[in-house]
Amino acid sequence: MLLEYFQMIDSIEDLDPDNGKVIAQANVPMDSTVFEGHFPGSPLVPGVLLIETMAQASGFMLLSRLKFDRMPFLANVTSAKLRTFVEPGAILRIEAELEHDGSGFAKTRAQILSDGKKICDSELMFRTMPFPNDALKGHMLDRFNQISQSSTE
Amino acid sequence: MATTFEAIAKIISETSDIPLEEITPEKNAFTDLGIDSLDFLDIAFAIDKQFGIKIPLEKWTEELNENNALVDEYFVLGKLCERVDEVIAAKDA
Repeated sequence: MLLEYFQMIDSIEDLDPDNGKVIAQANVPMDSTVFEGHFPGSPLVPGVLLIETMAQASGFMLLSRLKFDRMPFLANVTSAKLRTFVEPGAILRIEAELEHDGSGFAKTRAQILSDGKKICDSELMFRTMPFPNDALKGHMLDRFNQISQSSTE
Repeated sequence: MATTFEAIAKIISETSDIPLEEITPEKNAFTDLGIDSLDFLDIAFAIDKQFGIKIPLEKWTEELNENNALVDEYFVLGKLCERVDEVIAAKDA
């Protein structure tokens, strides 16, 4: 994870776009400028970044399902529960599953586990839209290839 | 069995917190009921799930953007129900 750059996913462990499922991994760094403020003397991953992590895992699954023809943008977060603190050095397993593939939108359910214990879970709604430009599409493809290869190295 | 309108009115009431009695067939979801596009995604999701369909929101939006259709043709609730019935019929055909 590079928290400052919103790079939340380190590797994709299992991906089944046809059935709308993904399992990813994220390794919380020991040091980050985020921890200087959240919180001084007691570093914790902000809950909003855990939601972002679930959204990114869902997003890569949707991108793959949509064959990188469209970009999923997070639009709605419901029933989010942040159950446990996440500290530096934690290894996170992110699981996301497609709940519904609508016309121009998609809904997923996602959760994060660490040491087999559920950290958080949420339902996430995305608008799926054409990429605003080729640069973003290229970046997303590069990032996807990078984290897909990480799991096979 | 609830009619399409009754089912959709219930969905709108529950997802957008609008009293059921205010939801009538001649109301426009956006201009009369104040539903925005994000709220409408929740409504579309609930309609899709309830009827086992995929309402073609993108196609509708495209037609509106290209001025090939009037917003009332899709988003006045009576018309919306007719469109949903068409999608249900196409699925069952």
